[in-house]
Amino acid sequence: MNVTVTVNGEQRTEDVEPRLLLVHFIREVLGLTGTNVGCDTSSCGACSVHLNGEAVKSCTVLAVQADGCHVTTIEGLAPSADELHPMQQAFREHHGLQCGFCTPGMVMAATSLLREIPDPTERQVREGLEGNLCRCTGYHNIVEAVLAAAKTGGAQ
Amino acid sequence: MSTVTGRRDRRGVGTGAARPDGIPKVTGEFAYSSDLWEAGMLWGATLRSPHPSARIISIDTTAAVAMPGVRAVLTADDVPGRPTYGLEVPDQPVFASDVVRYVGEPIAAVAADHYDIARRAAAAIVVTYDVLDPLLDPEASLTAEPLHPDGNVFRHMVIRHGDPDAVGDPAAGDIVVEGTYEVGMQDQAPLGTESGLAKPTADGGVELRIGTQWLHVDRDQIAASLDLDPDLVQVELAGVGGAFGAREDVSLQIHLCLLAKRTGRPVKMIYGREESFLGHVHRHPARMWFRHTAKADGTLVKVEAKLLFDGGAYCSSSPAVLANATCFAGGPYKIPNAVVEGSAVRTNNPPCGAMRGFGSVQVCFGHEGQMDKLAAALGMDPVELRLKNALAPGDRLITGQRLDGAAPVAALIEAVAASPLPGEVDGPMGLPGGPGRTTQAGDVRRGVALAVGFKNLMFSEGYDDSAAAKIRLFDGVATVSTACAEVGQGFVTLVHQIVHEVLGDDIEVVLNTASTTDVGSAGSTSASRQTWMSGGAVKLAADDIKAQVDLDPDRAEYLADVVHQHTPTTPLDENGQGEPHVSFTFACHRAVVDVDPELGVLRLVDLVTSQEVGKILNPVQLLGQLEGGAAQGAGLALMEEIVLEGGHIKNPSFTDYLIPTSFDLPELRVAAIIEEPEPHLGAPFGAKGVGEAPTISSGAAVIAAIRAATGLELPRVPVRPSDIALSPDRTP
Repeated sequence: MNVTVTVNGEQRTEDVEPRLLLVHFIREVLGLTGTNVGCDTSSCGACSVHLNGEAVKSCTVLAVQADGCHVTTIEGLAPSADELHPMQQAFREHHGLQCGFCTPGMVMAATSLLREIPDPTERQVREGLEGNLCRCTGYHNIVEAVLAAAKTGGAQ
Repeated sequence: MSTVTGRRDRRGVGTGAARPDGIPKVTGEFAYSSDLWEAGMLWGATLRSPHPSARIISIDTTAAVAMPGVRAVLTADDVPGRPTYGLEVPDQPVFASDVVRYVGEPIAAVAADHYDIARRAAAAIVVTYDVLDPLLDPEASLTAEPLHPDGNVFRHMVIRHGDPDAVGDPAAGDIVVEGTYEVGMQDQAPLGTESGLAKPTADGGVELRIGTQWLHVDRDQIAASLDLDPDLVQVELAGVGGAFGAREDVSLQIHLCLLAKRTGRPVKMIYGREESFLGHVHRHPARMWFRHTAKADGTLVKVEAKLLFDGGAYCSSSPAVLANATCFAGGPYKIPNAVVEGSAVRTNNPPCGAMRGFGSVQVCFGHEGQMDKLAAALGMDPVELRLKNALAPGDRLITGQRLDGAAPVAALIEAVAASPLPGEVDGPMGLPGGPGRTTQAGDVRRGVALAVGFKNLMFSEGYDDSAAAKIRLFDGVATVSTACAEVGQGFVTLVHQIVHEVLGDDIEVVLNTASTTDVGSAGSTSASRQTWMSGGAVKLAADDIKAQVDLDPDRAEYLADVVHQHTPTTPLDENGQGEPHVSFTFACHRAVVDVDPELGVLRLVDLVTSQEVGKILNPVQLLGQLEGGAAQGAGLALMEEIVLEGGHIKNPSFTDYLIPTSFDLPELRVAAIIEEPEPHLGAPFGAKGVGEAPTISSGAAVIAAIRAATGLELPRVPVRPSDIALSPDRTP
């Protein structure tokens, strides 16, 4: 069936199987591989994207459910091709990544968190990112990055 | 070129230089092995054994072959070369043909036009089994009928040090404490599952892009099984989504290359999370008995231990893991007399091998549990007991090897012990049970405890590994080639820093993709070895270039091609004595845990660490290793376990295999990072690898804090709520 989704500002209409997950629509149909798959069970958050401005795990959403919606993936977060989004900048500067596999999902979840809580405490960041697993960093620098991004426009 | 000595460049060693792959990783451009794509590529899938032990009566692939879109179905009959593989001993079949020895053992692989077709075709293969009773108890394995022609014992070893017959003198007040400890099976759980893409090459060979820890040994194992000259097998590193030991063994490498060769087309394979749990080795579960004898003043007289490690169905790196466990069983203490016996055995459980900390993690739970027991029996402060026995430079280990490098064990303990303790938690979310809000603040009991651990750096026992590197300097650009697998640790940053430090800030550094084609082996990204080995190789190559430039500054091009070897080691003799290790690394942790004993729920409130690092090359990346490593160690004490039932993994998903979340962990505080430049040849600028030490003592500190809070013995990790709430020893 046909779905029309505006992905990173570009309207896309594709013929998809009803069972196709949004994450596979993004990765396989649109070829945007920045969004990763880590677990298949909606546990790890590596596939987090924004659906109408709010973070969702794109393995928990069917592509057809996104019909008529706006989806932003990690590729569409930065304001331009030569600029980083403040959250991306903060993750880089604060070494909030090692292998980086969780990073796109973590960045998307973190920007969504700041839209809800613009000036969070450390505890609120830890609570807010509980659904996104990282195996490399122990979260320390991720939390630092999010707290820093809160001061530099990370909620944009 | 200016002189190197004492320089502190903005881009050189010691700075918090940013990762060169940082921007592609935050923008999503970084290509992981799961992102690989080729025109006309096929998808692979694997059929695995549903039984822990069975004879294969027949394998019927007719239905699978007949499915539209299926391009190849391969079984053991289709392996042209060596039918088996393995890191130390090639005892593991590429595909099982006559028997299966664990749940998840590969039997066949399929390539098809679409992933779903490949998966359905694999499921359509009919295997008839004669199901056997599995051998699941490692103790029973020692005397059971062999499960494999190689036998059931991967390795048995004994360390006898000092006077093995020494006994304490009760009349003089000597104290003896005994304890048994058990560690569950931990998974590395890297966020990226196994994946890769193979394609045939025009010269009759095969090219594989893969997330791995050891390119050249993958290549050699592929070449052996495909019966190809190793030069015809090209292995290139694709983006790696974490490793922690899970990618040191072969998983899908040989299968992918066989499928590509057979179909003549590119083939891609990705394991789902459940298959990932079945498809890689795990940390060995361990049963450990210890007996410590000490004088009345706390001085250790003797340590005795018996260690039993369940290696699962195939050997992997069990012998080396066991060697670490036995060599470091006593902990970083002066131990004049020791008898340590270790066995790693074969069972029908999932195969076990490398995971961060590699044998030292398991025994740390034992030796630190014993030190706390001993302190209690002596009526001594546990910190004071550790300080009294702490290893120092010049001391001998239980292998007889003399510590000729840094060993600031006492300073590490003192730093952590002196760190301020946290106050009460604020608000209900900080209580054990967290968002469940099940605990009343008045029920909470707090425990504080400390643990210290150590292990070797690099490979040991005469396995004198090397690392190669090449640099070409041309027109102000230094192009570096090394086959070191960047798995997230930040080696790519260190390459830039090291070259800048030697050749200057103005040089542009370009690092080629790690590959088997243009440079020799880097050895494995494991054993905390790449900073020293491949970092050392890059430094030697840069030094070589610098010497050439100093001699003849007018040349257009300079080339350096080096192979770096560390100080030689020796095998252990029949008493486990020798010079088996190059160097050592030490760390200490103190944990503060709040427990609701009635519910058995916990909260790790505070974790503070200290570590000896040789020299800091990049302080930001160093802290990243300390934090991430401590999280994995704490995870093993608090929640991480592969639950086995009848040889089956009951929790092969992240819904049921729990790893710590941001909410489970406190901020890791660092009490001290001790720099004592490593004197051994080849440690670049005196720096040591830092990745494993943080995982060794963090978990031991956490379980000790839980013991301190509850007064329970808790001999097993991970601790489960029922171990506390339902313990018969719990005082209401």
